[in-house]
Amino acid sequence: MSTVEHGKAVEGPNGNGKPYKVIGTRPIRHDGVDKVTGRAKYGADVRLTGSLAGVVLRSPHAHANIRSIDVSAALALPGVRGVVIHKDLCDPGNRMLELGEGAVNLRHLSNNVLAADKVLYRGHAVAAVAADTVHIAEQAAELIKVDYEVLPAVVDVEAAMLPTAPLLHVDLLTDELGQTATKPSNIAKHFRFESGDIEKGFSAAKLVIEREFRTATVHQGYIEPQNATAHWNADGHITVWTSTQGSFTVRQQVAELVGVPVSRVKVIPMEIGGGFGGKIRVYLEPVAAILSKRTGKPVKVLMNRSEVFEGTGPTPGSYILVKLGVDAGGKIIAAQAYMAYEAGGYPGSPIGAGAMCIFACYEIPNGRIDGYDVVVNKPQTSAYRAPGATNAAFAMETVVDEICDQLKIDPLEFRLNNAAREGTRRVDGPVFPRVGMIESVEAIKNSEHWQTPLTGKNQGRGVASGFWFNCGLKSAASATVNADGTVSLVEGSTDIGGSRTGIAMQLAEALGIAAEDVMPTVGDTDSVGYTDVTGGSRVTFATGYAAYEAARDIQRQLVERAARIWEVDPKQVAYEQGSIVGPGGKKFTFKELAALVNKTGEPIIGRGAVDPEGCGGAFATHVVDVEVDPDTGKVQVLRYTASQDVGTAIHPSYVEGQIQGGVVQGIGWGLNEEYFYDAAGTMKNATFLDYRMPTCYDLPLIDPILVEVPNPGHPYGVRGVGEVPIVPPPAALANAIAHAVGVRMKQLPMSPPRVLREILAKKK
Amino acid sequence: MAKKRVVSTTINGRQVEFLCEPRQTLLEVLRDTLELTGTKEGCSNGNCGACTVLMNGRPVVSCLVLAVETEGAALETIEGVAPVEGLDLIQQAFLENAALQCGICTPGFIMSTKALLAENPDPSEHDVRFYLSGNLCRCTGYDKIVRAVLDSARKKKLAAAAK
Ligand code: FES
Ligand code: FES
Repeated sequence: MSTVEHGKAVEGPNGNGKPYKVIGTRPIRHDGVDKVTGRAKYGADVRLTGSLAGVVLRSPHAHANIRSIDVSAALALPGVRGVVIHKDLCDPGNRMLELGEGAVNLRHLSNNVLAADKVLYRGHAVAAVAADTVHIAEQAAELIKVDYEVLPAVVDVEAAMLPTAPLLHVDLLTDELGQTATKPSNIAKHFRFESGDIEKGFSAAKLVIEREFRTATVHQGYIEPQNATAHWNADGHITVWTSTQGSFTVRQQVAELVGVPVSRVKVIPMEIGGGFGGKIRVYLEPVAAILSKRTGKPVKVLMNRSEVFEGTGPTPGSYILVKLGVDAGGKIIAAQAYMAYEAGGYPGSPIGAGAMCIFACYEIPNGRIDGYDVVVNKPQTSAYRAPGATNAAFAMETVVDEICDQLKIDPLEFRLNNAAREGTRRVDGPVFPRVGMIESVEAIKNSEHWQTPLTGKNQGRGVASGFWFNCGLKSAASATVNADGTVSLVEGSTDIGGSRTGIAMQLAEALGIAAEDVMPTVGDTDSVGYTDVTGGSRVTFATGYAAYEAARDIQRQLVERAARIWEVDPKQVAYEQGSIVGPGGKKFTFKELAALVNKTGEPIIGRGAVDPEGCGGAFATHVVDVEVDPDTGKVQVLRYTASQDVGTAIHPSYVEGQIQGGVVQGIGWGLNEEYFYDAAGTMKNATFLDYRMPTCYDLPLIDPILVEVPNPGHPYGVRGVGEVPIVPPPAALANAIAHAVGVRMKQLPMSPPRVLREILAKKK
Repeated sequence: MAKKRVVSTTINGRQVEFLCEPRQTLLEVLRDTLELTGTKEGCSNGNCGACTVLMNGRPVVSCLVLAVETEGAALETIEGVAPVEGLDLIQQAFLENAALQCGICTPGFIMSTKALLAENPDPSEHDVRFYLSGNLCRCTGYDKIVRAVLDSARKKKLAAAAK
């Protein structure tokens, strides 16, 4: 992968000796032409006749009670059609709703969409205006008078846990290991996973290292801001156009928050400009809906970039302590972690997933993990690619590296010696089926990168591994056979990175036809079966599975049809590699029979609906070379190789793309990205200029190594690939910095001032 | 509200007159008035490059250009890149190299690439990275974009040689 292979992409090898015709090739994606010509319609491109523009008014304070809201001056402005506040939503009650990659409390969700009596972070939505133009709406929003009683804010997890900290919720009683505490605090939950006996383990250890780590709040950074257009029709039916990771989850959230049954809401998913977990929970959709109800017109609401930073869910900052004990040979005997994650204004950080992932790459005979979910005056956190796992890996993989350095063990040998494998029991209980941790390490060991020594001054190499669960969940697809021998496929997974092609390829493979002969469409909530979110690395796995089932259904019907035409028993007919074969050498190709379908009976429509188990977890091991400027602390990434157990790569280009994109997000998280807060809880860098994500000038090419360990839980061996690539980079970079300049970074991001501070401290 | 002005420009080779308020950006007019929604908005303050168009042949971020400033200018947007039939070689290269995931950044990258190759038909990897550093992509890690741009250059050279 390190050389540019011009023009080879289209007819790439269906490599790895796989027995497939379509899987493993690299067809041009079906939505490609629309996306390179500007024709694809994203959420902000929706234009309905007579639609109004909506603008959201947001809190300038990080923590305040709302005494009153006076909207009269705004309503009086010419061109203003309506204003809504929290009480225009309906109270969904104190209930949990599963969103696919984490659950939300509906009352909290409703309060997050429009604050009730209290704002919990700067940027918290308070009211919304619909007007003839966006400029009028902006002007009107400024005329809304909100009387705030400003309260002291707390924006740091450790400070928020102190008994003296300002309380965000006076009624929040800690769930302390299953018992409800009696006094309120900012700690929503404390849980513990345990295995073996850590005291014994640590006392038997030859070397024990204990370190503290801190990570900053970071944002998913999708380039397309949140958007929603809604029309509340006079018949009580609501249509929502939005770019989302899950149209059905939007449907349910909107229905709950505006108080109508789900069948009254139709969500039309537009093309989506990135999500990474951040476009699952709703922000604007219910607001646009009630503004439309109030005004009788369609209403379109768009966020600007600072609203995205301040008003949507980033991923949490955290405090993590890791203690690891090994024997003389470097075998892990005991591991302990204390992890506290910031949830934002309402409970619900990804601490659970972080705690399950922190030790998951290894066999841990004795382990204990304490997890804390803590509310702070920051935006309510959302999922971000392997939510919770990157923070955890930064801590664990750095300690592993220090142990390797002290015991002079090769870091890859350490991993091979301790790797989780089939039968390994995680500290939180589950036992791994066949997994590819060892293979991901071996691929790095055999890589050209690893075998090429690094010799430059101030240069260093770092290694880290990572784990993510992936998930299955529900997916649906239907497929119609066309008379010209093609198939129209409708599936329910909104497509963020070429997934409709990966799904179409699985249908094509099963039918023995070409990928180009499948026309995939992402359906709206009235035209496709229920499908969970595009998240959890599940789409190519589960929706691909649904497409496979739809293809099998088509096969059955085609066999029956051929039998009817030939007047033989269907048992004598079989579907073989794109043909339907019968007794006495009778045979139709798929195309021949497709042409006869409508002439010989009812249309042929295949259906697939799945809720598969067996998604299989993903492991990744990365190696990075850096050069650190000792005078400025700036870290330059010189070379990066990422190996990952990807199951079967359906469309290798997009698998590579997931790895490359995840790695670069991890590099940004590791080196630069962070929410800067002042003492009042105001984010000081809510622009792309100051919240600095990597540009192409900051990076080298990213070399992915696809290790294909087919997943037994899927007909083609698919395993989720999208999330785990973000997990190892910060740790790999920290380890590389340590080897380059001899300082151990324990705080993210490892920005130039922080690295320089450590370099100067070491010199003293 | 200030009075609207008439602005005369050429967009994608056609003469276009539009009405706009002095405070409106070119991006807003392209998207909302002229329905050229292929130009994308990612930040509205010049930091992401999603709104890149060519103005008199030079790349500009249209969110930082006032629409009234385009009086007499020749503008080119993503909608004008492809020939009547088929695609431009840059667009073809982006597809073949799988250089897009969500695709929201793609129009901006294609416009910047067009400008780069007009200035420098034979860029090195470093040239590409330097020139495109004003365009953010959050999905791809840039690897396949950089390859696509280098491939575009090669394709254009081959096409020119074949003529
Ligand atoms: S929208 Fe113009 S640079 Fe981002
Ligand atoms: S492809 Fe999504 S931002 Fe570039």
